[in-house]
Amino acid sequence: MEADYAVIGGGVVGLSLAWGLQARGFSVIVLDGDDGSFRASRGNFGLVWVQSKGLEQPEYAKWSQLAAGLWREFASELAHNTGRDVGLRQEGGLDLHFSEETLDQTVRDYEKIKRAVGGDYPFEVLGRNALKRDEPEVGPTVVGAVLHEQDGHVNPLKLLKALADDVRRRGGRVLNGQRVETVRQTSLFEIACSDGRIVEAGKVILAAGLGAAELGPKMGFKAPISPQRGQILITEKMPDLIRRPSLIARQTDEGGIQIGATNEEVGLDDGVTQAGIAQLAAKAVAAYPKLSKAQMIRSWGALRVLSPDGLPIYEESPEMPGAFLVTCHSGITLAAVHARLLPDWFERRDNAPDLEVFSEARF
Amino acid sequence: MKPAFELLPRNASDPEVTVTVDGTGYDMREGENLAAELLRLGMSVTRRTPVSGAPRGPFCMMGACYDCLVEIEGARLQACRIKVTADLRISSIGGETEGALP
Amino acid sequence: MSEDVDLAIIGAGPAGLAAAATAARAGLNVALLDEQSSAGGQIYRDIERAAAARGDILGKDYLGGLSLVADLDSPRIRHIRNATVWQIDRDGSLTYSVHGEARVLMAKRLLIASGALERPMPVVGWTLPGVMTAGAAQILLKQSGIVARDAVLIGSGPLLYLVAAQLCRVGKPPMAIVETQTFSDLLSAGRHLPGALVGWRYMVKGLGLLHEIRKAGVTRFRGASEIEIAGTQMVSGVRFRHGKRSHELACATVLLHHGVIPNTQIARSLDIEHAWDESQKCFVPKIDQWGRSDREDVFIAGDGAGIGGAVVAALRGRLAALEIGRDLTAMTEAERDEIASRLRAQLRREMAARPFIDTAYPPFDEAMSPKDPVIVCRCEEVTAGDIRGYSRLGCLGPNQAKAFGRSGMGPCQGRYCGTTVTQLLAEANGATPDETGYYKIRAPLKPVSLGEVAALHDPNSEDERNDRAH
Repeated sequence: MEADYAVIGGGVVGLSLAWGLQARGFSVIVLDGDDGSFRASRGNFGLVWVQSKGLEQPEYAKWSQLAAGLWREFASELAHNTGRDVGLRQEGGLDLHFSEETLDQTVRDYEKIKRAVGGDYPFEVLGRNALKRDEPEVGPTVVGAVLHEQDGHVNPLKLLKALADDVRRRGGRVLNGQRVETVRQTSLFEIACSDGRIVEAGKVILAAGLGAAELGPKMGFKAPISPQRGQILITEKMPDLIRRPSLIARQTDEGGIQIGATNEEVGLDDGVTQAGIAQLAAKAVAAYPKLSKAQMIRSWGALRVLSPDGLPIYEESPEMPGAFLVTCHSGITLAAVHARLLPDWFERRDNAPDLEVFSEARF
Repeated sequence: MKPAFELLPRNASDPEVTVTVDGTGYDMREGENLAAELLRLGMSVTRRTPVSGAPRGPFCMMGACYDCLVEIEGARLQACRIKVTADLRISSIGGETEGALP
Repeated sequence: MSEDVDLAIIGAGPAGLAAAATAARAGLNVALLDEQSSAGGQIYRDIERAAAARGDILGKDYLGGLSLVADLDSPRIRHIRNATVWQIDRDGSLTYSVHGEARVLMAKRLLIASGALERPMPVVGWTLPGVMTAGAAQILLKQSGIVARDAVLIGSGPLLYLVAAQLCRVGKPPMAIVETQTFSDLLSAGRHLPGALVGWRYMVKGLGLLHEIRKAGVTRFRGASEIEIAGTQMVSGVRFRHGKRSHELACATVLLHHGVIPNTQIARSLDIEHAWDESQKCFVPKIDQWGRSDREDVFIAGDGAGIGGAVVAALRGRLAALEIGRDLTAMTEAERDEIASRLRAQLRREMAARPFIDTAYPPFDEAMSPKDPVIVCRCEEVTAGDIRGYSRLGCLGPNQAKAFGRSGMGPCQGRYCGTTVTQLLAEANGATPDETGYYKIRAPLKPVSLGEVAALHDPNSEDERNDRAH
């Protein structure tokens, strides 16, 4: 046997799990795709986000809050191990509104979540004047915002690199350029790759993003996952302009203003469109008029990994005990819980989190 | 020190306008390429990089390298793609332009 | 806001100009978009103004561009000046900006004629102010009548000699030419000599330039290595090894050149397939004999389709325009072929000297695989050692390397690091450049202000955005 765990997928989700398992003393082998694979880890918006999540499922709100709470320690351990700062800032996040109606509706929604999670949901409404004090560059059409204390952001690319570095440093094997064809269970798991390589491991975790849609059913999962495109833009590096991140824009630790994101059902097409880019730019300029003169340097399309209700799936295969499916759209936010808490769930420890609501049984 | 670039004698009498660089006025040839005029006037350093603060100046002169960025009315633009006009005001990015003629 | 044409051509250099004229003659409506304020591309930059002012210095070949520009005078050709094309959508709509205003154009066919870039030449100190490309020096001369004094030229290839000769003609001969090609390169080029003699005009021209340089007393160091550019705030000198000796030259201007490579940004943004050309050490788009890419409606001509020089570019531009004319039923297949056969014969003659030139003046090895401390991505200041480190972290190709270290993420969008990064990763991973691949290119093809982009937004067509995070 080559490792206690084989992790299929070398993105942020797979590497967070591998890293967390290593911390518990398990050996891991990670099978990663190639340079052109669809990689949400490379294209995502980088929020560590709580607000608005779990409106229909309080357990998801709590899970996100738990993750946000564990992030600081997670980031500092990565930094300590690798010398790489992942740029975590958890100083609250904003939901900007252009009309009183949407702002009021959001507040009603958040009150509902707050009750459902037992009261610990620290948000406040900033009227226009209060918002202007916090974010002097917001535009005249912004009527106000919801500030949620638990929100923040991180540099997702630095996170990916730190994980790739630290999993190797801890002795994990990461095989790049692999495409897994089949997974077979005998006394252990045999994972067959397209180049003929067979990897053997005691347990296997499928964390292959959109790739799980194809491989999942071969392992006894429903894996009802589909892509949703998000187009994102980024500007040249700017002097400080935006303090807190929002779903419209955030200023990265490197200075660029990242602007997101569309929600499009276009299959496996990660291209960008003029209409998509223009729509994002218009909203960002409305939110922060100074951005009008900022040069947009790049744009890209990334594919979200979505289940039918948008929530994560955590499932052990009914056909292959010891094979797990981990898939989610919020791989950055949830990285901290994936690393810290899921190893207990894989190992069926008493203190494992209860993930029943995230089972595939709901579909 | 003499500037590293100079004008062909036959162009010496081209009509000039005043351009302000970091608050100082310079005579530049009207309609001429801004990056070329900056070089001619000895301003070979046009900006400092946002990454390390390293000095940079015009490199490709064909709009591809983005090393000759200057700030004009709040926007960072390529000097090699700007024509000199009267009353143009530019500032160097990330620090005063060095190597300018007194 | 949008307007329709039969053919949109990007780039008004020799390929674009020739294609526009040929297509217009066939009866097509053409939009010719170009970044410059006057036609000619980089090779014939600002030709109408410069020919009168400095034609004597620039030489006969440069003046050859005049007739191409004159052919633009057709009611069927709309020459859109100062136009930066920054996005091409899959539906054929093309977005461009002129003086800070974005516009959209719909074209039935697209011809990419965006030419070449100088091959990046990463050596120690190449980011210092005062270091420019040899092409930049030529543009300064052509367009602005400005010349470098006491420059040191470094690299290899015909353009280096042309720039040196032009500097000699204006009485400002370079201090030295530090040449990276070796005597053995010349020897191995010898086998291409018979072919080269078919293209004798190029050979004669090359010998003429060398004669001018010798007459002006310019020192040439052939087979130089270990090249470093010194300086802190700007260039102060050049160090290199020549034979057994180390040399140091004090200078304020360094002009680099070791060949040109196709500018493939636009084709890449359309996900057109490319392949590595080992003889020219660069990626070239996959096209057929008419310049048609794997996207039926997109053609590529000129140096952007593979390096051949100005005359070859014009011929390829005409060939593409003929096929586009046939495709849009403006001419018959027989009409197309009659003209094309003459053009192809000429093309063969013009290409004959190419293998000799490519072999005699290869790119500089040290700059294709720079030492660890050398910056390869100028915008984000990523070194060759960083890229090699990303290979050790499992990066098989430049897109993962880009994510790990930001190479190619700056405003030049990888134009001056892409080829080097692919070569470094290929070498580190023991893979070919084709296996390694290239940066995925997306809009904007050139940076554009958000204000311009936002102005294109049509609020009525907004698909309701779902701002809620899942």
